[in-house]
Amino acid sequence: MTAATEAVPRPKARRSFLRRAFDRWPVKLAVAIIVVIWLIPTLGLFITSLRPESDIQTTGWWTTLGHLWKPSTWTFANYDFVLFRRGFSNAFLNTLAVTIPATVIPITVAAFAAYAFAWMKFKGRQILFVVVVGLLVVPLQMALIPILRLYTSGGHLFGIPIIPDLNLTGTFPAIWLAHTGFGLPLAVYLLRNYIGGLPSSLFESARIDGATHFQIFTRLVVPLSVPVLASFAIFQFLWVWNDYLVALIFLGAEPRVQVITQAIALLVGDRGEQFHMLTAAAFVSMVLPLTVFFALQRFFVRGLTAGSVKG
Amino acid sequence: MVWSAGFITDPEANRGLVVIAAIALGVVGVALLFKGMDFVVDRLPAHLRERVRPWIFVGPALLMLGVYLVYPAVNTTVLSFKGRNSQEWVGLSNFTEIFTDTESLVSLRNSLLWVIIVPLFAVAIGLTFATLADKLGRRAENAAKSIIFMPMAISMVGASIVWLFVYSFRPPGFGSQIGVLNGLWTGLGNNPVAWLLQEPWNNLYLMIILIWLQTGFAMVILSAAIKAVPEEIIEAARIDGATDWQIFWRVTFPTIASTVVVVTTTIIITVWKVFDIVFVMTGGNFGTAVVAERMVTEFFTFRNNGHGAAFAVILFVAVIPVMAVNVRQFRIQEERR
Repeated sequence: MTAATEAVPRPKARRSFLRRAFDRWPVKLAVAIIVVIWLIPTLGLFITSLRPESDIQTTGWWTTLGHLWKPSTWTFANYDFVLFRRGFSNAFLNTLAVTIPATVIPITVAAFAAYAFAWMKFKGRQILFVVVVGLLVVPLQMALIPILRLYTSGGHLFGIPIIPDLNLTGTFPAIWLAHTGFGLPLAVYLLRNYIGGLPSSLFESARIDGATHFQIFTRLVVPLSVPVLASFAIFQFLWVWNDYLVALIFLGAEPRVQVITQAIALLVGDRGEQFHMLTAAAFVSMVLPLTVFFALQRFFVRGLTAGSVKG
Repeated sequence: MVWSAGFITDPEANRGLVVIAAIALGVVGVALLFKGMDFVVDRLPAHLRERVRPWIFVGPALLMLGVYLVYPAVNTTVLSFKGRNSQEWVGLSNFTEIFTDTESLVSLRNSLLWVIIVPLFAVAIGLTFATLADKLGRRAENAAKSIIFMPMAISMVGASIVWLFVYSFRPPGFGSQIGVLNGLWTGLGNNPVAWLLQEPWNNLYLMIILIWLQTGFAMVILSAAIKAVPEEIIEAARIDGATDWQIFWRVTFPTIASTVVVVTTTIIITVWKVFDIVFVMTGGNFGTAVVAERMVTEFFTFRNNGHGAAFAVILFVAVIPVMAVNVRQFRIQEERR
């Protein structure tokens, strides 16, 4: 720092509160406009979910702003109905049973693979990694039918049976494994970027001390990779929690195992435009992912950009 | 696995317990798998041990990818050369049918527009917002960024419900409008508009939903890249008399260009695969079909495996150039290490 730059903060400190509030007002105004535009659709849903059914159908949600303090404007009836009478709490539990293992399994499998791709020597390492990243582009929808057939009647390639019939359809492991397979390319790609960026001196000294790969992985790599593990966890958690298609196909329509997005889709299906329940249901489904996101977001940026900043 | 599946689906079991048992089984199971394999490798003859060990680290990942992505990709490609029931070989006729059918061509045109417009706006708005928010105080910046990112946490089904209250339309005389857009539009003295039926603009209205969802992703990552630009360079440019505008285009943007490429690629792939928004909002009617949505409809609604698989192959082939750029990028990075 030179003397010239040190002198800069002084006039700033003398500015009055009012002047600071209007400082850079074009920037603040632009940010505020974008924020408001982004917020309006969600705000509309939130306000609607707290309105009585008859009002939702007859007037726009923004009309509540005219009589915010009238008690008859608001009701919890939609939430009450969705949570306690439509079996949403059951769907909520099922979603947890699907989402938690479907987040932990791919992270574990991918972290071991990423470590091997970054720090172990074996034949075909580069080619295999490029293939894994290339698989990012296989559209999920492309895999659904073949996997479903695999689950119900085993696997055949050119008429040769290669995988036995496991009869997994409608079970939790069926959907865990499917989400693991679909999430792996991104997970391996992100984790390999980060783990490969750790200083090599670390690994050399651990090897000299006689640590095995397994010990290096569990005691060094995992603790050091918490940011990237958390970032991928957010991604995978949000993706699995919000997934409808994979659940519909591998869990089936049975109410006992249905997840929250299926329950919402059923509301759309059997009740037509029953906005009052839909809005509350949509909000219930958003609460947990938003909580997870805000809880883990401080890891997020560090974990995702570590590789690119270095490159 | 089969045993556990039976236990988990036992209808008599208590729901809460089943859920806890399922979570424990999945989480502990995968940890034990790796621990167990490592234990076995340690018992191998010394000269084999370190040759086998890498494969137990990558093995499970490769196996899962093989079963869940490679096998289906090969299988689907084979199906794309067969008829609607996957019985007889039909050569390239699925593809020629798609490329000569007006409706399918509309879906190809729409997908192309989606892939150009959505990443362009999501990245441009995300970059603008990240740059502007960087100039605010820390707390204001974090609050503003959280709001832009929030839609990322919403499912496509949820987002569709959110946007129903924006685009909803009622003909004049059928009650007051409940969609924000028509509320504003009629408030200005116009007649209500059925936004989602207005060809070809309805495509743009659907794209806005995905831009709304994806901008947060672009913004968070670009914002991190902007913060990593060394302060001294910007300070030096400022002392030389550069304006904010010049600093952005001559210093900041060139520094973060590689991150912009990564973000754009990720969004392009997401957009290319989009189907939920179109499926829920218009069902692909009114000239809004896209390739991924056609694929699902062909498979599940029309039960035409040949056409569905052919659409899948088109999707897959179209992303190969994008991936080639990224693989090259990865090779360059690898050489620098």
